[in-house]
Amino acid sequence: MVLNSNVPSGDIRNSWNNHQFNMKLINPANKRKFKIIVVGTGLAGASAAASFAELGYNVDAFTFHDSPRRAHSIAAQGGINAAKNYQNDGDSIWRLFYDTVKGGDFRSREANVYRLAQVSNNIIDQCVAQGVPFAREYGGLLANRSFGGAQVSRTFYARGQTGQQLLLGAYSALSKEIQKGGVKMHNRKEMMDVVVQDGVAKGIIARDLVTGKLERHAADVVVLATGGYGNVFFLSTNAQACNVTAAYRAHKKGALFANPCYTQIHPTCIPVSGDHQSKLTLMSESLRNDGRIWVPLKKGDNRKPADIPENERDYYLERKYPSFGNLAPRDISSRSAKEVCDDGRGIAATGYGVYLDFKDSIKRLGKEVIEERYGNLFEMYETITGVNPYKNPMMIYPASHYTMGGLWVDYNLMTNVPGLFAIGEANFSDHGANRLGASALMQGLADGYFVIPYTIANYFAGITPGSFDTTSSEFDKAETEVKQKLEKLLSINGNRTPTSFHRELGKIMWDNVGMGRNEKGLRATIEKIPAIREEFWNNVKITGSGAQLNVSLEKASRVADFLEFAEVMAWDALERDESCGAHYREEHVYPDGEAKRNDEKFSHVAAWEYKGVGNKPTRHTEELEFENVKFAVRSYK
Amino acid sequence: MKLKLHVWRQKNPISQGKLVQYDVDDISEDMSFLEMLDILNEKLILQNEEAIAFDHDCREGICGMCSLTINGKPHGPQSGTTTCQLHMRTFKDGDEIYIEPFKATAFPIIKDLVVDRTPLDKIIQSGGYIDVRTGQVQDANNLPLRKKNADLAMDAASCIGCGACVAACPNGAAMLFTSAKIGQLALLPQGQPERKERVIAMTETMDNEGFGSCTNHYECEAACPKSISVKFISDMNKELMIAKCASIFSM
Repeated sequence: MVLNSNVPSGDIRNSWNNHQFNMKLINPANKRKFKIIVVGTGLAGASAAASFAELGYNVDAFTFHDSPRRAHSIAAQGGINAAKNYQNDGDSIWRLFYDTVKGGDFRSREANVYRLAQVSNNIIDQCVAQGVPFAREYGGLLANRSFGGAQVSRTFYARGQTGQQLLLGAYSALSKEIQKGGVKMHNRKEMMDVVVQDGVAKGIIARDLVTGKLERHAADVVVLATGGYGNVFFLSTNAQACNVTAAYRAHKKGALFANPCYTQIHPTCIPVSGDHQSKLTLMSESLRNDGRIWVPLKKGDNRKPADIPENERDYYLERKYPSFGNLAPRDISSRSAKEVCDDGRGIAATGYGVYLDFKDSIKRLGKEVIEERYGNLFEMYETITGVNPYKNPMMIYPASHYTMGGLWVDYNLMTNVPGLFAIGEANFSDHGANRLGASALMQGLADGYFVIPYTIANYFAGITPGSFDTTSSEFDKAETEVKQKLEKLLSINGNRTPTSFHRELGKIMWDNVGMGRNEKGLRATIEKIPAIREEFWNNVKITGSGAQLNVSLEKASRVADFLEFAEVMAWDALERDESCGAHYREEHVYPDGEAKRNDEKFSHVAAWEYKGVGNKPTRHTEELEFENVKFAVRSYK
Repeated sequence: MKLKLHVWRQKNPISQGKLVQYDVDDISEDMSFLEMLDILNEKLILQNEEAIAFDHDCREGICGMCSLTINGKPHGPQSGTTTCQLHMRTFKDGDEIYIEPFKATAFPIIKDLVVDRTPLDKIIQSGGYIDVRTGQVQDANNLPLRKKNADLAMDAASCIGCGACVAACPNGAAMLFTSAKIGQLALLPQGQPERKERVIAMTETMDNEGFGSCTNHYECEAACPKSISVKFISDMNKELMIAKCASIFSM
């Protein structure tokens, strides 16, 4: 299969503008003839649905939550990047582009990243116009802070609730269009399958989570904005309902899954406290602006942190990376934490934790300033752990947080299945092998507000509107398959709960396809997963019926997809026989422990094609060209 | 620790619900309240009983999905905290805990502890936004805003839309929820053009969706997990009066 990225040729600085001009438009009177299904109402989904409706298209938007405002984008804390250069510190579109390509360890598409940097400024303007209350300075202008992987202050923020405020902005735009009638909102409905007819996406099968009824919805295009798959690890910072189902079922219908092994482990989360744990809570990376990370120099040092003198502490990030220090990129910070803990110098009950200490900043800036900057994060920490972080250092440890991999899309954000688009975290396109902090919000909104509204018109210009039909045999078949699968799940009546399988899978994935990976572990994982899957399909127990709200059935259906998807992820990690960004193969490291890329062999996107459950998927590649940012070993020293 | 739970079980919106007693043991104080319910649910499934349905998602206090009334209080005994952020260290060994859904006329029960809060969405849809189209905007720094107002707007905007204010109010009013959005937008220069129409439309929807009126109990502020101040309610009433007068004299 040839993967055509459809990246426009010519100078990267003009390619998006030229592309916008060259794309076809749809006359306003014709726009209302087209129907769009948007699945997911996070930053990407809500902003796209609202923007489509403003343009005059008919939109059906779906969320499995009770309201579009619950999407997990809401939990992003720290901020959103933009190349405004409001701080006069030398920022520019080019620098944001450069930082993002470098941060992604040369595994992203240059043209996509450049476009992202370009529209980043429009996003800030848009959000302020919507009434997003970003932090301000005393002169009334917008404030910024710095984030990992950058030496400029380009991050806009709203206390520690930036994701919430941006999502509420997009939600308000969506609400406006629901009121005007351009968007029909479907709450508490979960997408169960994509319907593909003659190779083209024509709609979805959705399950009404309250009545259990399966519904057919047809449209001219289907846009998936269904987020990432970080919950494959069971414990992650993702919300409980986050899952891979929509993307994976699209994959089973022919969409290629790109770079599934690129999963980001966030360095600053609250460590695990016990087996009961259902999720890990992230503490915004912005804390690293003023917090210093350290562990005791001596192994097994059980003294209280306050009793450990300065000269017996190892501020390992400052020591190893003097120029970026505590603001080293996420993958590097995470691995360094794992390294010191594996070395026996970790703290917390489990030995898997490091200190994030604000003592010096509080001394330098005063408690009020720290409270103003991070007050709600400190409160949250105290609520969860019962420890006051103004008086004691926080304890943190890395946790699965974001997935750079996702459905393969071209420059127009369309998958290889015509009519099926993927935006936001659900696609793979912009972050390469590692995403920089405060870039997820940027990408979600860039895709939704400023990219897909243009590129979808170009697709519409080539098709006849309304050529879909929910009574087609493809809809029959898709609905029957979904129905049978749910009936099968309900009929097994075994001895284990869906959650127990999820936990078992998650542990294997975290141990072998988590922060460090090696051939032996990956091969063992590929062998183990089918056995768990087999047991799942013979021994899972779900109570209640399918004709009602059934939380354990929903859970089981999602776990079933993780049990298949995990194998694709392990294959990808195995065959990408190099280290890059967050993908850290223990066989490929420099003597100082840094990731060692193999640009000659792996400067490409790996996109996997489904070949049936339990069969090895086929690996396709899209070569990546780096014409503007020269290959270099990432150095944050 | 060991606990005696009384949980509201209701099969569907029309059936009769009742409190059912469950005993749980081996509960650690580091668990969150919802993790304690997870453990109970795992046990129930293996005993061939249906898992208790409750809304939850982010489990970090921001999505606004969790919605339990614990011992009579929306989000439980700890102030300024969502249900998901409530930890078992708040309780003692041997405690009896009553777990019910958010109770309000405007929030019908769907099943067990799950209620329908779409009326809150309807309030926002009727005007809780600035009518600006994608791309139709000026540079962000062309709209300077006093830091004090930006901070106040952010206080209001931190509402997570959980509906605890409604559940806590003896009248089932959505005044705190509605006033927080109105207050946020009224503080911003961007919010001025639609200011008067907004407050009229949103308060009308509030009444039409079955929410009660405010009689100054301030239970809403006490229950709000984000501690949003009732001051926004008095501001909203002022806004409404000005807007109504303006519409009478067509100002």
